Amino acid sequence: MAFRPYENELVGLGQFTLFFGRFFRELNFKTLSGRELLKQCYELGYRSLPLVTTTGLIMGWVLTIQSRPAMAKFGAESWIPGMVGLSLVREIAPVITALICAGRMASGIGAELGSMRVTEQIDAMEVSAIRPFRYLVVTRTLATTLMLPILVLYADAIGLLGGYLGISRHLDLTLGHYLRQVFDSLAFSDLIPAVIKTYCFGFFIGLVGCFKGFHAQGGTESVGRAANQAVVTASLSIFLVDLIAVQLTDLL
Amino acid sequence: MTTPLIALEQVYKAYGPKAVLVNLNLAVYAGEHVVVLGRSGSGKSVTIKCIAGLTKIDQGVVRLMGHDITHSDENALSPLRQKMGFLFQSAALYDSMTVGDNLAFTLHNNQPGLAPEVLEKKVRATLQNVGLESAINLMPGALSGGMRKRIGLARALIIDPEVLLYDEPTAGLDPITAKEITDLMLRIKADYHPTAVIITHDLACAAHTADRIVVLHEGQIIQSGTYEALAQSEHPMVHAFFNP
Repeated sequence: MAFRPYENELVGLGQFTLFFGRFFRELNFKTLSGRELLKQCYELGYRSLPLVTTTGLIMGWVLTIQSRPAMAKFGAESWIPGMVGLSLVREIAPVITALICAGRMASGIGAELGSMRVTEQIDAMEVSAIRPFRYLVVTRTLATTLMLPILVLYADAIGLLGGYLGISRHLDLTLGHYLRQVFDSLAFSDLIPAVIKTYCFGFFIGLVGCFKGFHAQGGTESVGRAANQAVVTASLSIFLVDLIAVQLTDLL
Repeated sequence: MTTPLIALEQVYKAYGPKAVLVNLNLAVYAGEHVVVLGRSGSGKSVTIKCIAGLTKIDQGVVRLMGHDITHSDENALSPLRQKMGFLFQSAALYDSMTVGDNLAFTLHNNQPGLAPEVLEKKVRATLQNVGLESAINLMPGALSGGMRKRIGLARALIIDPEVLLYDEPTAGLDPITAKEITDLMLRIKADYHPTAVIITHDLACAAHTADRIVVLHEGQIIQSGTYEALAQSEHPMVHAFFNP
C-alpha cells in the first residue's frame, strides 16, 4: 500500500528492466541489420558533429576564460592548460556531450519510434515477421553506444582547441606549447575511465529513447510525450551512470 | 469437415473493466472470404489483431493455420506470419522508405536468399498488379489515401500470403476510390486465392467481397450468413445495419 502512489513509476521501472534484458537476448550479430546500423551511425553520430563542434569549442573557451582570473590571483596561469585538459577529458566533455546528445538522439529516437508505434508501422513489421525490436531497438542502441565515445573524443579535441583560443589572448603561448602542457598533465588512467563511461552513456541514451518510443500509446500527443520523457530520463540516467562511474574510479 | 485455417474459440478479451470480446467463436475455412461487420467499438479491430497475434487474449483459444497461437511468442509466430498479409486501416507504410523499399524490405525479410534482380522484378510486378508501378520511387508521404491503401495491399501481397487480413480497407476513402479498392480485393481473390478476414462497416465492400458475413455486437457474433440472408434479417441490430 505504501508504494501505491508510485505504482506507475515502479511499473515503468519494471518494464524498462525487462526491455534492458530483452536487448541482450535479441542482440545477435548474425541477424543484425548491418545496413540499418550504419544508417543509424550516420544519422545519430555523423550528423551530430556540427552540434558537438559548436558546444565543444564553447565549452573549452568558456572554461578557460572563467578559470583564468582565479588562477591568475594565485599566480598559477601556467597551470591553466593542464587544468583545462584534465577537466575536459575526465568530466566536462563526456557529461556535457552526452547531455547534448541525449537531447538530440534520445528525443529523435523517442519521436521516431513513437510515431511508428502510433501509426502502426511497428505492428506492420511484427505481422510481417520482421522482428521490430531487433531491427529498430538493437540497431539504434548499438549506434548510440558506438558513436558517443567517438563524439566525446572529438569534443575533447575541439574543447582543447577552444581552451587555447581562450588562453591565447592573455598568455604568450603557441598551440604546440599549449598542447604539450595539456598532454603532460594527462595520463591514460584519466582517459580510459572517461571513455568507458561514455559507452554506458551512449547505451542508456539509445535504450531509453527506444523504450519511450516503443511504448508510446494513444494518439499523436504521445509522440511528443515520448520524445520529452526520453530526453528527461536519458539525461537523468547520464548523471546516475556518472555518479556510479566516479565512485568506481575513485575506488580503483 | 475440414479444419478451419483461422479459428477463434471462446475468446474473451477485456481492457480493464471493459470486455471487448465475450466468448467469441469464429471459424474461417481455406479460400473463404469472411467479412466481420459491426459498429465502431464492437470489437472488430481487436478480433483481427488477435488473429494476427498482435493482441493477446485473456481466455479461449486462437488457432492459425492449424497451430494454437494463444500463447505463442514472436519466435513461434514468425513462420506463420511469413504466410500472412495484413492491410492496416492507415496502410502503415514505413515512412522512411520509398514505396519500392517498403515492398523489397518485406520480401527480403520473408525470403532472405532472394537475388537482388529477382527481388526488384517481383516488387515491380506486384506494384503493377495494384496499378502503381510508377510510384516505385515515391515516399509514402507523397501518396494519396487510396494510393497508400494500394501500396499497403501490394506489401501484403508480395509474399504470396495464404491468409490475408484487411482492417477497414475502404475507411476514409471517397466512394470512387473505395470502389477501386473493392475491385482490387476482388481481383486479388481471383488471382491469389487467399483466405481472408475483412473488417469493415462498408456494406458495398462487404456485399462484393464476402463469401460469408458475421455481425459483431458488443464482442459477440449475433448473426452470420450471406449478404442476402442478413439483409433480410429481423434481428433489430442487423436490420438497423443493413437498412440504415
